[in-house]
This record gives sequence, structure tokens and C-alpha cells, in this order.
Amino acid sequence: MSLLSVDALSVTFAGHGTGRGAGRAGRATKAVDGVSFDVAEGQVVGLVGESGCGKSVTALALMGLLPRKGVSVGGRAEFDGADLLSMGEKKIRDLRGSQLAMIFQDPLSSLNPVVPIGVQVTEILTRHRGLKGEAARKEAASLLDRVGIPDPDRRLKEYPHQLSGGMRQRALIAMAVACAPRLLIADEPTTALDVTIQAQILELLKELVDQEGTALLMITHDLGVVAGLCDQVNVLYAGRAVETAGRRELFAHPTHPYAHGLLGSIPRLDAPRGEPLRPIRGSINDKIAWADGCAFAPRCDFYTLQCLTGTPELTEPRAPGHQVRCVNPVLPADRSADAAEVSS
Amino acid sequence: MNATPGLQKKADKIDRLAQLMERTETTSGAGLWREAFRRLRTSKTAIIGGVVIGVFVLVAIVGPWLAPYSPTAQDWRGEVFPNQGRFVGPRGENWFGLDHLGRDEFSRMLVGARQTLLVGVVSMLIGLVAGAVIGAVSGAAATLGGEPGKRLDTVIMRVTDIILALPSLLLAVSVAAVLGQSLTTVMIAVGVVQVPVFARLLRGSMLAQGSSDYVLAAKAVGIRKRRIVLTQIMPNSLSPVIVQATLSLATAIIEAAALSYLGLGNPDPAIPEWGVMLSQAQRFFDNAPMMSVYPAVGIIVTALGFTLLGEAMREALDPKLRG
Repeated sequence: MSLLSVDALSVTFAGHGTGRGAGRAGRATKAVDGVSFDVAEGQVVGLVGESGCGKSVTALALMGLLPRKGVSVGGRAEFDGADLLSMGEKKIRDLRGSQLAMIFQDPLSSLNPVVPIGVQVTEILTRHRGLKGEAARKEAASLLDRVGIPDPDRRLKEYPHQLSGGMRQRALIAMAVACAPRLLIADEPTTALDVTIQAQILELLKELVDQEGTALLMITHDLGVVAGLCDQVNVLYAGRAVETAGRRELFAHPTHPYAHGLLGSIPRLDAPRGEPLRPIRGSINDKIAWADGCAFAPRCDFYTLQCLTGTPELTEPRAPGHQVRCVNPVLPADRSADAAEVSS
Repeated sequence: MNATPGLQKKADKIDRLAQLMERTETTSGAGLWREAFRRLRTSKTAIIGGVVIGVFVLVAIVGPWLAPYSPTAQDWRGEVFPNQGRFVGPRGENWFGLDHLGRDEFSRMLVGARQTLLVGVVSMLIGLVAGAVIGAVSGAAATLGGEPGKRLDTVIMRVTDIILALPSLLLAVSVAAVLGQSLTTVMIAVGVVQVPVFARLLRGSMLAQGSSDYVLAAKAVGIRKRRIVLTQIMPNSLSPVIVQATLSLATAIIEAAALSYLGLGNPDPAIPEWGVMLSQAQRFFDNAPMMSVYPAVGIIVTALGFTLLGEAMREALDPKLRG
């Protein structure tokens, strides 16, 4: 059985709500609209999609960190047999940091600027493992050492602004894994870092998963990160999974027109000179409600009238376990040109 | 063994570089406050303000010993006749001249600094402590207290709004009138006026910090609310309050002077205090304007000193300028 099992998660922001992801005034916004996926121990599952597709809101909902007022959360998210979404505040607070941990996008703003790193790390150790004084300090130093921060004893005394971006993210990871959590949620952990540091951080996360058997839910818009790290990938669009597949399967045979378009829009080094990039036209604001049809239809190259006749269901048109939410998927038979290009 | 001169030069250069690097190492190891202090030292505003305050504090401490004459003895009362408009201006014996009762004005200025500083600091502290406690409760309730917390916050803030809506001098006058005439009254009255300012400031600052990413991150690792308030939100919210404290000190001195001026200050008129001196001197402004000028300039310069330092501190602590 999987460690985390999310079933039909939905998050709706009330009309005049504030806070992350809140919609325009006077209208309720469904940020996440029935997302389901499983994460097993030692597995890396990716949530991929562009800005505003509901990735971060999914993560915050799982952690119970969405504001209580003005937000309604539906569905189930079973973590080790208990439902995270209906759990009491006290209970989930005890889980956070010890069993569930999260790494945020911007390491600078996620660290308290006026508190030394050491205090921020030991605080977690005190809270969840009861370590105090010298024992906590020693453990904190060994944690920093483990995430690859050199000279940890000195770094413990320093403030966040004295650390480089990569080191800050390492410190945040050290805090997240301080109590050996069983599920780690990484919300775009590499977006604020430059490319070489990105690779190091991804390597570190991979190591943690391999050594500790931690389950990792990787939230990203970076397909490179997905290709390097994830076992299973969920492509989200407008709050719903549109394609779910293993990493190899997805990259070899993107079947939903959106995933197909995403992979097709990646610039390639081996492309002929002067060949223009192929973007997906429009933006995520050009969408229709899932209830009326396929939200991606207005931007889709392959859409037909059939796409506007109600919500498309998840099907497996290509291979077992490769789920696609599309009535008109990109298949090798009817779109041989595209398929040939992708598989080459 | 003799090293060649060229090699020796190189070795010296390396030594110097090593020293230099060690120095930068230690400065980069400084915390937020030390960093702010470093920036204060290089700011002209801060230096001017600091020097003014330094001189003021020094005079407040050693003034009574510096004073050439007793500030209360009417040693020259035979030479001053206020009713006839005869006063004594500055002269070799009395640098600032005499006041209307034949006392040495220069001595009174020196001795009065202490009382003035005391009134300023104590009333500022009253406002700071009471305001900070109220603001902290309100801010903590609003950020992490859920629905009941928000209600508590609303109640507290509406009450402070009411106090804030009253003209500060009027409020101070009514407090002083209710509590009776004494030095303590003046300090409480001036302090009370500052309470809502500090309360609002700390609360606002805490609210801003409460929605920051690192508070979310702290929640995400399961830190308890009480600890989040104490270790995450509070330290980040204090710098505007500290800056406001230096600015309030200037206002407090002026306001205490205003109370004295209105006759609600220290009941013992013999004890010199700049505000009292100013209020007494204004009756004789026509014939002896300098008697008003000395305490007035004293108050203005001191207030300016505190304002300059406060302004410089605000800049030094501004996170937007932090490296």
C-alpha cells in the first residue's frame, strides 16, 4: 500500500478571499479540482504544470497550511491510514516536521532573517525529538554536514543573509529532514537557484530518497527536474491531472495534447538552426470550466466539438497505467508525424 | 638565511593580505544588530545625532558638578526687577545672565538637563513597555489566534484607536489633571499618549511578518504557535518599534515641557527643568527674550539629536538595504 494516497482532492477559494491563489473578487475559484495520485515509500512523484495550475495549493492543502477561512478543501488524502484533510490542527501539527516535511521555493524568505541558522535547526529537534542544549547543537551540526554544508559549526552561528542561495536551500533541506520524515514535499525547490546549484540540490534530494526510503512529492514546472528525478509524473492543468504516467513512458509518448505541447516546446540543442520554438498558444487564463468540457480545449491544436461535451474522463488509450484525460489523444496511429518525431 | 629582497616583499604582501582577509572574515560574521551598528557608524546623520545625545546625557549626569552656582539660590536678587522690566543679560560672572528671581541661568540649564532627560526617558519607556505588551498580544492574537483571536485583536485595536483619536496634549492634560500634580504624573501622562502609537506599530509589524514565508515554513515543520510568535515573529517586528522609541523620546521631552508650560508639571518650581524654565520665561519675553531662548534651544537641539539618531537607525535596520 502506498504511504500517501490522495483521492479527488479539491480546493476552492471563496469569492473575496485573500491569501495564496485566491481568485478575483466576488467569484469562487477552484484552484484544485479533483486531483488523485499515490506516493509510495522511496518513490519520487512529480506534480508538473505551469503557474496557476494548482501545484502549490495541492502541497499546502496536504500540509494543512491553507488558511482555514475562505478556503474549502474536499476529497481525501490518506497518509499512513489517517486522513490529512480532516485531521485536527493539533494532530497535523505534530505530524508536520516529524513525519511530513516541506521544502519551499524561495530559501531566503523561508528562513527567518534575524535568527541564526543554528537556532532554527535546533528548534525543530527540540520540538519533535526532545533534544536540548549540546545534544541538539551536535545533531544540528551533523545535519548540516549531511546536506553538504562545509564547516557546519561556524554556519550554525550565522544568519541567513550570510549564506549563499544554494547553502540556504541546503539549510532548509536540513531542517526538513531533521526528524527523518516519511514524506517530503518539495515545492519548486530549485526555482530560485542557478543551474549548477540546482543540479547539486537535486542530487542531494535523490540521495536522501535512496538512503532513507523517504517518499518525495516533487512539485515543479521544470521538465528537466522531472526527467532527472521522478519515478511517476502527474501533469496538472487548471487544477486537474490531465496525464499520469511513469517518467519514461511520459517522455517517450506524451499523449495528452498539453503534455505533448509542453515537451514539444522545449528548446533542443540538436534542432536545426533557425527553427522557431513551438509554444503552446494562449495562457492558462484562456480556459473553460472542467464541468463544460476540456479546460485545455481553447489552446489545443487538436480540439473538436466533442471536447466541449462534458468533462473528459481519465482513460488508458496507450498503455496500462498511462492515464490520459482527453477524448482526442495524440496517438501514433492517427498522428504518425508527431509520434515519429517524439520517438526519434 | 637571507631571503632575497623580492621574495621578502612578496611574503610581506601575503601577510598583509592574510590579515585583511581575517578582518573581513570577522566583519562578515556579524549579526543583524552588529551590521546595523556598523552602518550607523558610517552615517553622518547618526554621528551628529549621537554626538548631540552624548553631550546631553553627559551634561545630565555631571551637570550639577559643572554648575558654577547653585541653581536655586537667589544670589543676585537685588539686581533683577521684573516689574520694572530690569533684567541682567549675559556677563562674565553669569554666562547666560540671570533669571527673573536673580538665579544663575547657566547653572539652571546645566542642572535642568537631568530632569529633562529623566522625564523624556521614563515617559518613553512607559509608552514603549505598555504599548509593546498590548501590541504583542493583539498581533499574536490576530496572526495565530484564529477567529477568537481576531475578535480580541479588533477589540484591542478599536480601544487604542479611540485613544489615538484624542489630541495627545489634551489626553496628557486630562491624565495629569486626574492624577494630580507631580513629576510622576507628568511622566505617566506623556507615556500614556505614546501607548497606542507603540501598540499599533508593533501589531502592524507583526501582522506583516505573520504572513511571511518563513512563518509558513516554521508552521510546516510543526513549530508551536507560541514559539512562532516568540522566536519567529517578534524579533523581526521589533526594529520599527525601537526606532519609534528614539523618535518618541524627542516628542516626550517636548510634551513634558508643554505640560510644565501649562502648569501641570513638577509642583516644586525651584527644581530646574527646561520645560518649566521656558514656561516661566515667556512672561518676560518682551524685556528678556534670551531667558526663553536658552531652554527652547536646549529642547530643540536635544529633540533634533534624538530624531536624527532615530532616522539613521530606521535606515540602518531597513531590511531592504540589508546586504
